[in-house]
Amino acid sequence: MFEMRILTLILFEVCFVAWASAMYFDLGEQEEKCIIEEIPEDTLVTGYFLLEHWDEKKPDNTPHLGMTVTIRDPDHEILLLKRYGKYGKFTFTAHASGQHYLCMQSNSTRFSVFAGERLRVHLDVQMGEHAVDPSAVKAKDTVKTMEYSIQHLIDQMNYIARQQDYQREREETFREISEQTNWSVLWWAMSQTAILLSVGFWQMKRLKDFLIEKKLV
Amino acid sequence: MMGDSRRIRVLVQVLCVHLLCGWVLTSELTFELPDNAKQCFYEDIVVGTKCTLEFQVVTGGHYDVDCRLEDPDGTVLYKEMKKQYDSFTFTAAKNGTFKFCFSNEFSTFTHKTVYFDFQVGDDPPLFPNENRVTALTQMESACVSIHEALKSVIDYQTHFRLREAQGRSRAEDLNTRVAFWSIGEAIILLVVSISQVVLLRSFFSDRKTTTTRVGS
Repeated sequence: MFEMRILTLILFEVCFVAWASAMYFDLGEQEEKCIIEEIPEDTLVTGYFLLEHWDEKKPDNTPHLGMTVTIRDPDHEILLLKRYGKYGKFTFTAHASGQHYLCMQSNSTRFSVFAGERLRVHLDVQMGEHAVDPSAVKAKDTVKTMEYSIQHLIDQMNYIARQQDYQREREETFREISEQTNWSVLWWAMSQTAILLSVGFWQMKRLKDFLIEKKLV
Repeated sequence: MMGDSRRIRVLVQVLCVHLLCGWVLTSELTFELPDNAKQCFYEDIVVGTKCTLEFQVVTGGHYDVDCRLEDPDGTVLYKEMKKQYDSFTFTAAKNGTFKFCFSNEFSTFTHKTVYFDFQVGDDPPLFPNENRVTALTQMESACVSIHEALKSVIDYQTHFRLREAQGRSRAEDLNTRVAFWSIGEAIILLVVSISQVVLLRSFFSDRKTTTTRVGS
């Protein structure tokens, strides 16, 4: 049992080190930043994040760092709204294909006089299910390695196929918009010509009647 | 007991090997850049790593953005103004935190959506080389070439998706603009023609009363 605890600690530490070298961006306190991801339907998305202070030299004496993660679907409805601590993992399945918004906002529980303090956000978003991460498993058996590699290739191909289906949907939307624009241009051009002609006739008729009435013609 | 501790030692060794291999990262993000805003991203890179930064503006305005890449000492490695898309490869000459920023400060009211792809190092090989005693078998090399081909398919797919998103964004803009301006023009047409008639009538009415007054 003791060994298991050491093991989990080591794994956690490795994840931590991985995050220390991952890409990060700055986030002001109480500020919300959103990331847009185009996700096809029925895709499982996993996100990992780590929140830190901007100054590395600053002692980590604020245990109240927290993050609120809001995920919206293409119709701007909330799919997930959860509060996490400093380090978290969020998972969701996209039901509709489209642009999903992953918004993050820090919610520090302590009232800070220095409200302009910046935070560092390390973020990693992975799409699709990874049955087994092939690079993490070092199997001595070559058949097992082959199996994992082929599984990885199959995952990649599924991802490509799903993206292509999604692409076909979007291209159809694009074509519909273009055809609608074409139709609008035609309709408005015709209606404007009709308005122009009818208003011209109306003008001439009114003026003619008016001038005859005033005995100027 | 003996088996457990041995297993843990192997696992720790494996994890350490991971740490020493040098982390390979590909960060790909699409984010929204509001007007007059600047967004920076930071990455810790080891010296000698080959990195590629690629970005493209997906929606907004004239589809251009300022981009700037700095090394840990602040030296500007790449700086371009108002670019729609670009790709930049460099080798890290120093250890430390590299910074790249996208700026929309020249725009007054258009939000831009920017996609970027920052790749650090090469991708991990499909069959790791640590415990290799023989060369890759035929099956393994077939797998490797399939893997490379699939990676390039995904790459092309991403480019195609971005181009299509850009085209669709322009088409939507065009559609709204056509509707807006057509309705506006029709209203202007009606208003101008009716007011022309009213104005002309008012001219004649005044002259009539003036002549009448002069006559009497």
